[in-house]
Parts: sequence; C-alpha cells; structure tokens
Amino acid sequence: MTTKELGRVAWSLLRQATGEAKWDDYLARCEREGVRPMTRREFERQRDHEREHLTQGRCC
Amino acid sequence: MSLTSSSTRGLSPRSIVIWTVVALVGATCWTVLALSRGEEVSALWILFAALASYAIAYRFYSRFIARRVLEVDDTRATPAERLQNGRDFDITDRRVLFGHHFAAIAGAGPLVGPVLAAQMGYLPGTIWIVVGVILAGAVQDMIVMFFSMRRDGKSLGQMVREEIGVVAGVAALIAVFAIMIIILAVLALVVVNALAESPWGVFSIGLTIPIALFMGFYLRYLRPGRVMEVTAIGVALLLLAIVLGGYVEELGLADTLTLSKETLVLCLVIYGFVASILPVWMLLTPRDYLSTFMKVGVIVLLAFGLILAAPALQHDAISDFATEGTGPVFAGKLFPFVFITIACGALSGFHALISSGTTPKMIAKESHVRMVGYGGMLMESFVAISALIAATVIDPGIYFAMNAPAGATGGAAASAAEFVNGLGFSITPADLEAAAASVEEEIISRTGGAPTLAFGISMIFTEAFGGGLAAFWYHFAIMFEALFILTAVDAGTRVGRFMVQDTLGNIWKRYADVSWRPAAWSASAIVVAAWGYMLWIGVGDPLGGINQLFPLFGIANQLLAAIALTLCVTLLIKHGKAKWAWVPGIGLAWDLVVTMTASWQKVFSDNPAIGYFAQADAAREARDAGELYGAAQTPDDVDQIIYNSTQNGILQAAFAVLVVVVVLGALATCIRALRAGGLPTTETPYTESNVVAPSDFFATAEEKEAVRAWEAENGPLAGSGHR
Repeated sequence: MTTKELGRVAWSLLRQATGEAKWDDYLARCEREGVRPMTRREFERQRDHEREHLTQGRCC
Repeated sequence: MSLTSSSTRGLSPRSIVIWTVVALVGATCWTVLALSRGEEVSALWILFAALASYAIAYRFYSRFIARRVLEVDDTRATPAERLQNGRDFDITDRRVLFGHHFAAIAGAGPLVGPVLAAQMGYLPGTIWIVVGVILAGAVQDMIVMFFSMRRDGKSLGQMVREEIGVVAGVAALIAVFAIMIIILAVLALVVVNALAESPWGVFSIGLTIPIALFMGFYLRYLRPGRVMEVTAIGVALLLLAIVLGGYVEELGLADTLTLSKETLVLCLVIYGFVASILPVWMLLTPRDYLSTFMKVGVIVLLAFGLILAAPALQHDAISDFATEGTGPVFAGKLFPFVFITIACGALSGFHALISSGTTPKMIAKESHVRMVGYGGMLMESFVAISALIAATVIDPGIYFAMNAPAGATGGAAASAAEFVNGLGFSITPADLEAAAASVEEEIISRTGGAPTLAFGISMIFTEAFGGGLAAFWYHFAIMFEALFILTAVDAGTRVGRFMVQDTLGNIWKRYADVSWRPAAWSASAIVVAAWGYMLWIGVGDPLGGINQLFPLFGIANQLLAAIALTLCVTLLIKHGKAKWAWVPGIGLAWDLVVTMTASWQKVFSDNPAIGYFAQADAAREARDAGELYGAAQTPDDVDQIIYNSTQNGILQAAFAVLVVVVVLGALATCIRALRAGGLPTTETPYTESNVVAPSDFFATAEEKEAVRAWEAENGPLAGSGHR
C-alpha cells in the first residue's frame, strides 16, 4: 500500500469514527434512490434528535 | 457470504519464527521481573512483558474462543445487517468500532486502580493486570458481546432476566443501578480530590464546560457536522486553558478558584444534574469528542514517552504491605485486595454494560467480536500497565506522602515526612517541598490516584520530551483524567436517569417518556442525589473517602463481573456447550473467590482497619469511653465514622447477597440444562448474511479481493469502508 493510499484509508476511517462519513453515505444513498437530499443542517438536526434517545454509557 | 481467510490454515514457517520471537521476548521480560530483587529494574521490562503476552493471547487464545467455543459464523447476518436503520443498528467498519468501543470502556478506572495498588509493589499489579485480562476481562467482554449480538443487542439485565430467571433479573437490575451509583460517586471523589485547593486545576477544568458549549453551538448553528474541525478548535482551546491556568495568580483568580472539597461536591452535583437534562448536542456530545481525542492522544503519547524515557522502577517488586495488610493507601493484604483495587484493566463488570447493548448493534460480521471485544479490552489493559509504571517510577516516599490520608500525614511536609519515614521509607520535608514546587501544587495527601498519576506522567514526559515543563504536564494530565471522569459522570447520570424512568415507567407509563420534562428532571434528580450523597459522605469521611469507598467500588465492579461471567457460563451450558464452560468459568471462579472473600472481610473481619462493622464498633467503644477514634479530630468525627462504616458495611453485604441470588438462580438453570443436554434460549434464528468484510485488523489479500468483488457487484457498503 502506498503512502497516498494509506492516507486515504486513514482519512476515511477518521471520517467514519467522527460520524462525518454518515453525510457522505446519506448523499450516496439519495443519489442511488433518486431522492432529493435534505440540507446538511436538517440532516445533522435529525442525528442530534436520534442521539437524544441513545443510552450509550461511558465506563469507569 | 463468508470469507475463508488465512486464519483457517496452519501457521506458516514465517509465522512460526515471528511468534517464537514474541514468546521469547515475553519469557525473557517475565523472567527478569521475577528474578530481579534489590537492583534497578527498567520499566520497559514490564511494558514488553505485557505487550508480548497480549500479542500471544490475542493471536491464539481469542482465536480459539472465537472458533471453537463461540463458533462465530460469518455466514450469519448480524443485527446491524438485518435491522440496519442508520441509528443504533448500523454496520460499522471493524476498526472504527474498535475505536468507539475502546473509547466507551476506557475511563479513569484503569488509571487510578493500578496507582493505588502500587502500594503492594509493582509485581502483583503487573501480574494481575496481564493474566487477569487474558483469562477473565477480555474473555468476559468478548463473550458478553457475542451473546448480546446473537440476541439483537439485548442488555446484560435483559439477558439475565430472560435466560436465568425473573428473580435473578430483578437482582441484577438492582445490582447494576446500585453499583453504578457507587462508581459515579467514587469517580467524582477522584476529581474532587484532584481539584481541591488547586486553582490552576479548577480554572482549566472549569473552562472545559464553556469550551464544550461553544463546540456544541458551533456544530448546531455555525458548521453542522464538522466534527473534526470543531474538535481541533476545542483541543487547541483546552491546551490554552491549561497554559492560562498557570497564571491564575496574575489574573487575580487564585483566591476565587481555591475551592474546598465541599464546594466542589456542590459544583459537581449541579453540573451532573444540568448535563443530564440539557439536550445532548449542547454539552454531552462535544465533551465526548474532546474526551475521546484526549484519551487516545494521551495514551499514545504516554506509550512513546515511556519508551523514550525508559524510567527505572523505584518501588519494590512486592512491598511488606502486601503480606502485612497495613498499607496506608487502603487496608488489607495482597489477596484479595489487589484484585479488587485493580478492576478496569484486568476485569471490569461495568464493561459488560457496554459490551451488551450498544456495540453489538454495530458489528458487521460475527468474527469482529474478537478484535472489538477481546482486542478492545487488551488495549485498556495496556493503559492500566502504563498507569502502574507511571506510579512506580515515583520515589516511594513521595508516593506514600501523596496517597496516605490527611489524618495520617498531618497535611504538611514535616509531618508527612515523619509519617513516611515511620513506614520505612526515607524522605525529608525538603524533598516533598521540592516535588511540590516542581509541579506547582500541594502534593501531601492528594489521594484518589489522579494526582499521583499526573505526577508520574509529568516525570516521564519531562524526561522524554525535555523542556522543564513538569508543571504543565502535571496539569495536562489532571485535565486529561478529570475530563473523561466528568464525561463518565455525565453520561452515567443520563444512563441512570433512563434506568429510573424505564423502571418507574412500569408503574406509571408516562414516566417512561424520556422527552417528558417532569420525568426527565425528577429522574435526573434521583440519580444525582444518590451519587451526590455518597460523594458527600466520602469527602467528609474522617478516615479518608478513598480509603473507605474505593474497596466498595472495586468489589462492586467485580461483583458485576461475576454476574456477567455467570451469564456467559449459563448460556454456554444452555447451548449444549458445557465442555467449554471453563473458558468464562476460570474468570468466574476466580472472581467469586476474590469478591466473596473481600466482601466477607469487609463485613465480618474483626480487624477495624478492614471490617466496616468492626470499625464502627471500635469507634463506638471509643465514643462511649469519651475518647476520639483513629484520625477523628472531634466527637462529631467519631459519630461520622460510626455512621459511614455502618452504611458501607450494609451496602457491601447487600451487593454480595444480590450476586449470590443471581449465581444461585444460574446454578439451578445450569443443572436443568445439563440434565436436558441444553435448553432453549432467546437467540435469534439464523439469517444468511449478504455482507462481506475482513475478519481481523488487517485484511488478507484474499479478503481484499473478496471485498472488491462484492463491492463491484453491490456497490460500496454504507458506513463500512471494508478495506
């Protein structure tokens, strides 16, 4: 694997780890399904709303 | 669709050579540690003994568990694939999930436990952390994760209720809630002890709240979704806050920010309540980004720092306190108290709450439980080993002056030096004053583990990176520890709130609505009041809150592990795999012996230094004779000791009884299952998987090719990045 490829994989993993890749996935899905996507703001508001009900804890 | 990876083949000659070298390195390091006495020992022997052991355990033992015991099946669709909704059920790249899971399980526990256990010497803690994680902790996390995944991500409590019985389920539910309260209180106590009378620390930690709020509003209104960007800004602001904290005197804030422990308790209680009821986007989520970044960053930095500095261990391999049980940090002998003082890092029941529920809903392939569950716990164990090293490279005189309660040291350099010299270590008041000056903080009786760890980290980083920045590194480490303790406290309060709402919702349905404010606020108040009360008791305990509460915390956490491991054994037997029950059974047997012995001693020991009730009786006799007891300064202090010790004893006994109820319930289920050759379980039926993904950290050429072929046919898998 070249340095460039390694960097691309690392960047992709970082975007997934931070959740930023979810926007890319959403846009790709809308394109596949021929649906008009919501705005980034609307999309992130929806994710905030979903997070409100998640019970992910943090350990000691 | 499954992949036949190279893991199905035997070891190649190259692999045999590599693993032989790893085994030799590990064996050499362990031999040096075992035989070195009375001579200088480098901390790197511990580091490489641990790393070699982890590598071998991961490669061979975890693979054995995955393939032979659990029979993970990559042709079987996981809940993330079957129920994918992009929210809680979400196929996630194995490496990303490893990071998420590690960030969720790693908190202050693996940092402070080993620091406190260092009073026994470096060897007992090292052995327990490494052997414990390989045979118990990582096994528990992996198997719980697997069984939860096979049940659509059910929680530990749900699985106990459905697979063992209603009585055991109710006992487990009460135990989980009560144990969580104790854990939150003790974690908060660590922060209080680290920040009391420390204006620099209060300034830096206090600023994390406006920084997190800024990040929350930035993401909500200015640049939605730009997490990396805002985290970079947040981290820069955090570092600035630490630097500015060094100027609190010049800024005229030193007196205002010099807070007593009691004031800090009130601040934390208010913070916990507000954080629990605010929308998560405002405070919890951005704080979590900061905490995770700092957690991973500092751990990597510490690993590099240790290798660069290669410090020598200053403590004995095994101290006299291990055999005599008279240590000033906590009372009791090596067995059982080392094994309950070091929980996270070796075996932690709290992990079972994370390994069931959230993580299993995001697993792409069944084989990933190995790297996420077992591998994630090995990583946490490495953190614990690093913390143990950081504590044992400190001069023992300074270590004991920092970790003995104020009642013993007198709180001043001269009296602390006298006390430490009485323990058999050589230290002068000038040495203690110089150590304090180096980090620009008071260091006498800064109990709880966090200040000691910060002191050790500051020594290592100063040695490794130069620059004479000991005070900066000390406060950097305090910030790092406090940040993720507070993240655990606010997230834990919120989880506790949901548990209260869910439970009371069985009686009054509307109360379970998490968006109904009266329920959310009152449930938050109940949870905060519970841990706030225990925190208040700990802070005011004349015998030292850490000395009194940390054993309760450790035993409680390990009792929770006993519940989780009991479930693992029961499920293997119900599935007709009794011959493999020894795999979680080793950890369970050891954990039950340790926790029940520790519980018995804390409840029934007639030694007032160990038994809570014996302590209360001794204090009562002293009061009746018109005398003071222990470190008590006033008759009111004696009354406080009687009250606290009685309460702690009752809690200790109650936790043990709850676990015995679960174990007995499981025993009955196991006997029925053994007679019947297995019993029906709530495992979801088989559905064929249509997803392809590599099974381990690094994809083989064969796996990469299979993923490419699959993606050519189906398109990229959302959120998976399987390369």
